[in-house]
Amino acid sequence: QTVTVEVLDHLEHLALVDFRDAEGVERLQKAIRFADQLREVNTDGVEPMDSVLEDRCLYLREDDVTEGNCTNELLKNAREKVEEYFVAPPGNIPLPKLEERDTFLQGS
Amino acid sequence: WVPVVGLEIHAQISSNSKLFSGSQVQFAAPPNSLVSFFDASLPGTLPVLNRRCVEAAVMTGLALNCSINKKSLFDRKHYFYADLPAGYQITQQRVPIAVNGSLSYNLCVDNKMSQMVTKTVRIKQIQLEQDSGKSLHDDTRSQTLVDLNRAGRLGLFSYFSSPFCVVMEPDMCCGEEAAAAVRELQLILQTLGSSQAVMAEGQLRVDANVSVHHPGEPYGVRTEVKNINSIRFLAKAVDYEIQRQIEELENGGTILNETRAFDAKLGCTVPMRDKEGKQDYRFMPEPNLPPLILYDAKSLPANMNHQQVVNIDWIHERLPDLPSVKRAKLVERYGILPEHSFALLNEDGLTEFFENVVKQTQMKPKKVIGWILNVLLSYLKQHSLTVKESPVSSFILADLLNLLEKKEISSTAAKQVLAELWKGEGKTPLEIVKEKKLELIQDQKELDQICQAVIDGQENEVMAIKAGNLKVLNKLIGLVQRETQGRSNPVLVKQLLEKKLSE
Repeated sequence: QTVTVEVLDHLEHLALVDFRDAEGVERLQKAIRFADQLREVNTDGVEPMDSVLEDRCLYLREDDVTEGNCTNELLKNAREKVEEYFVAPPGNIPLPKLEERDTFLQGS
Repeated sequence: WVPVVGLEIHAQISSNSKLFSGSQVQFAAPPNSLVSFFDASLPGTLPVLNRRCVEAAVMTGLALNCSINKKSLFDRKHYFYADLPAGYQITQQRVPIAVNGSLSYNLCVDNKMSQMVTKTVRIKQIQLEQDSGKSLHDDTRSQTLVDLNRAGRLGLFSYFSSPFCVVMEPDMCCGEEAAAAVRELQLILQTLGSSQAVMAEGQLRVDANVSVHHPGEPYGVRTEVKNINSIRFLAKAVDYEIQRQIEELENGGTILNETRAFDAKLGCTVPMRDKEGKQDYRFMPEPNLPPLILYDAKSLPANMNHQQVVNIDWIHERLPDLPSVKRAKLVERYGILPEHSFALLNEDGLTEFFENVVKQTQMKPKKVIGWILNVLLSYLKQHSLTVKESPVSSFILADLLNLLEKKEISSTAAKQVLAELWKGEGKTPLEIVKEKKLELIQDQKELDQICQAVIDGQENEVMAIKAGNLKVLNKLIGLVQRETQGRSNPVLVKQLLEKKLSE
């Protein structure tokens, strides 16, 4: 059972990964096969865990102002700024459709 | 056609600091000044939950009759946008803090305040979630300016209501119901103090989900309408969208499951750009936050640090009177009508003003309410003032009403005095009455003479009255009023005239 081109294309859109070549896709397939081993364990009636820390106490912070006010520091790493705003392109630039993209997946 | 409207409402929690960081929460601060390293999503930072936000969410859940989940979970909702630097938003998608509540609100039938009907909308859930930043679109330079003050973690919770409003006629009614429900929610949040819920300051945002279908058939495809900036626009947007969908379907078209923006200037909804088909948010548990555990009196742990415990019962005991309860109490205590109580609660500070006047005057509350709602409120509206900004204080108004009650001035004169008081020149009602000579004539003899003079001068009218046409008496009363320049008590005048005419 292989992962379809549609799913790979969908993943490239969502996560902006680039499967780049056959080896990349095969690595993904291997990872899925590896994770699928989990299905061999019978988990009927067992609540799934979220994380190994899930039985810790969630710390509640008091509603005090303790940080912020560091505009200059924050903007130091920004490539482009206007006054004190970060500058970004006018909107999301969507990944072109599969047919129009220069991607390994095209050939699949 | 049966329109179906659901609302997704985001209310900004009234707190000093943000939901997951210690940055300040403040309206209109310099861009990116209220942003911490966590808010900017710099690597190595972690979210820390604000206790006050949890309490606000519990309070609101209780006020809206929800079941509070003693264990609720946080999730990540992934999508890309410049104002969401982490690439995901922390929310509560699987198990939110409160579920299955209800909100009752009131609607005027045919715009008549005297005929009110109560409706209920179900609340699907209340969840705590982050807000994104604010983007300013600079079309001239083709760029977006990002300010992360709001974003990055303003305590925000979202209230989902399941579709409500099944109405036979789809025109005005649904927009109105949506607006009324949101208005009541706004009042509740303000009463609780959990949010100031001012739409103009972005503290309350409403997205509407609208669809139409034929009775008996399954629900139609729904659209989401965003960019609604006031309750008034909410009603318009919903109504427009309902109409648009009906027309589209009647012309043989189809409705797309899309997101549309409300254009306030044009009064219509338009498809939103920048939405790439169906979003896959790839929800996953937030690994940095363990489950949120709430307690009640029974489950309270013995040895836990008090500061780490949120006790649902403790919060419940301290809930203030909700608007519906306040209204009922006002009606019972003062004998005013239900529609009066609505008007009082609808204007910030008006209830307090009314109660203060009642305390300081002998005039009955049933009469005072007329002066508050018909006179004072219309003055305030005319001059676009809030109750707090009123140039006439409750003390001064009470003073004026006392003069009226003691029959030292007429009702007409009282209105004249109020107009003068509105100038805010610091004069007392009595001073103005004396200045403008508005006192009612107390001298019986003088009044008697005037009445007699009027009778003597109106032979025809007198004959008509003696013949049985009692309505003409009003004309004589009017003449006496004119003669006295409005300074006669019409009740007294009527008595005197009647007495004389029967002799």
